[in-house]
Amino acid sequence: MFDPKKLEAIRRGLRAWEESELTAFQARRPERKRSFTTLSGREVRRLYTAADLEDFDYAEKLGYPGQYPFTRGPYPTMYRAQPWTMRQIAGFGTARATNERLQFLIAQGQTGLSVDFDMPTLMGYDSDDPRAAGEVGREGVAVDTLADMEELFLGIDLGSISVSMTINPTAWILLAMYVALAEKWGIAKEKLSGTVQNDIIKEFTAQKEWIYPVKPSLRIVRDSIIYSVHHLPRYNPVNISGYHIREAGSTAVQEAAFTLAAGIAYVEEVRKTGLDVDAFAPRLSFYFISHSDFFEEIAKFRAARRVWAKIMKERFGARKPESMRLRFHCQTAGSSLTAVQPLNNVARTAYQAMAAVLGGSQSLHTNGMDEALAIPSEDAMKLALRTQQILLEETGVAHSIDPLGGSYLVEALTDQTEKEIWGYLERIDGMGGTVAALERNFFQQEIADSAYTYQVAKEKGEKTVVGVNRYREPESEDPPIPLHSVDPRTEQLQKERLARVKRERDSARVLKLLNELRDVARTDENLMPITVECVRAHASLGEIVNALKDVFGLYREPIVF
Amino acid sequence: MPERKVRILVAKPGLDGHDRGAKVVARALRDAGFEVIYTGLHQTPEQIVATAVQEDVDVIGLSILSGTQMIVFPRILELLREQGAGHITVIGGGTMLPKEMRELKAMGVAELWGVDSSIQEIVDWLRQKFAT
Repeated sequence: MFDPKKLEAIRRGLRAWEESELTAFQARRPERKRSFTTLSGREVRRLYTAADLEDFDYAEKLGYPGQYPFTRGPYPTMYRAQPWTMRQIAGFGTARATNERLQFLIAQGQTGLSVDFDMPTLMGYDSDDPRAAGEVGREGVAVDTLADMEELFLGIDLGSISVSMTINPTAWILLAMYVALAEKWGIAKEKLSGTVQNDIIKEFTAQKEWIYPVKPSLRIVRDSIIYSVHHLPRYNPVNISGYHIREAGSTAVQEAAFTLAAGIAYVEEVRKTGLDVDAFAPRLSFYFISHSDFFEEIAKFRAARRVWAKIMKERFGARKPESMRLRFHCQTAGSSLTAVQPLNNVARTAYQAMAAVLGGSQSLHTNGMDEALAIPSEDAMKLALRTQQILLEETGVAHSIDPLGGSYLVEALTDQTEKEIWGYLERIDGMGGTVAALERNFFQQEIADSAYTYQVAKEKGEKTVVGVNRYREPESEDPPIPLHSVDPRTEQLQKERLARVKRERDSARVLKLLNELRDVARTDENLMPITVECVRAHASLGEIVNALKDVFGLYREPIVF
Repeated sequence: MPERKVRILVAKPGLDGHDRGAKVVARALRDAGFEVIYTGLHQTPEQIVATAVQEDVDVIGLSILSGTQMIVFPRILELLREQGAGHITVIGGGTMLPKEMRELKAMGVAELWGVDSSIQEIVDWLRQKFAT
């Protein structure tokens, strides 16, 4: 892109500047540190110039928004036509309690919904299961049957607002409930939009919510993708996630590389059934963290788009541009928040949100300032949403597409990130692919190592956390902000509700359907249609999960630390 | 005769999968010379206490980020007493409020650390406690 003669002049100028001005200045005032590193520990140099982009070919590296390789963004107009979806997650207590929070967020101007489920729902236990004791409605909303799902979305038009559900090993059941609910309310399936997370690979590597062994778990994801292709044209049946990989302690490059490796595994899994890649790839969606290191994150988003486009085109032979464009949701970094001086978290989250937007995110959740202490309060969530509204409507950062494109630093970091992602993908292929690497604990060990390295750097003071290892204050006895508390009646209310549903349903029919579900599981047929029938008959989540435990067995965790 | 190393059971009770802290602490304690056993995820209090007794540990360290601390710690203490293993030191860490920490310590939890703590603080505390 640059004239070689001019590049040479820049290099000469740079050397001259280093030898004269810079050296003299440093003699008077040395730099603060010997080296400056990103959050992931990569060194960042003092100055970047055109000389760092020697072989930079504009068309090959960047192209135009909405065009291959999508570095500048997945859509031609980006936020000028469609601002990112402001999607604050909500989930606690009973379906009714969460419904109130969802209604509140819509009233505050939120443009998409996102639901968190409690641990028993995530792991496939009903609220009356002994393993659920103490955890019902605590970290998310409890959903046992279709009746809960109905109460959760009461008064919300599912035909017009998109709903994201953070759910994994039991995702297919929640998706079935969503479909059954839409049918009951007379909403055409074609109008349903939203996402189930449904990314089981990162559960095994990072978030650790699992039920069945790897193979049947992948089959469930495959079945929900194929079902969506045929019945839910606007729905994202999987949200391939780096967020949890990063929160578990990975570096930025590992986050992107391991997420794309999971994407490759899902594409391979669905293609084995003979389905054309362009029939389903446009519905694959992604989810990344936006962490504290501003430029490292922006480079990560841009590099991830470019690598995915190449994977889809070159490795899988996709022909449709929609199959190659990576669309993603973003959440600011929960693990960057501190329990001490919680108001500082507002500033952290705002910077992280800006990185997500400059990186071209399609959807964003900004964390509440109180998340290192409790489930976010209504006020904390409102402030987090207002942070996004200020970003969109006051700062002007969304006016122009990919505004940092062409920055010497950002392009150099994007190229470096891309190269390092390919390095990991080659290693993973060398091990026999994503599933083989997973079974060898490759991802788990890499993440554990990075988490430990970071912790050691933090304790040595190489990484500053304001309020924690610098600018400490005497600890106050109690947090200076009001916190959300769990309604102690939740578990009892939920158990009573489940008992009532079980009393009122046709239990003989439920038993018959659960047997049919087992039969389907023993074949290679799609699990979704029979699951929709089960939930329609008010089979509970736990009953469905247990029926398939009989067929699939259980996953056993390898211990790696 | 070589002195027996202090044995620590690092445990993750309940259904929550946030194991970053547990694993980092387990590794740091191992590197600091303690003998560490990690239970893995999704353990019930009964399973944790059974492992602790069977492995004859000196310390149980619980990592809780699911808000269930006020249920899990008392249950572990109760089970230990029932099984005549009240001598085992119980410590823990995670997302908990200062008020909750005070209450848990009054019940018999030896020490607690919040999410911003350093692993060195935990190592130092254990070294002092067991004079290693």
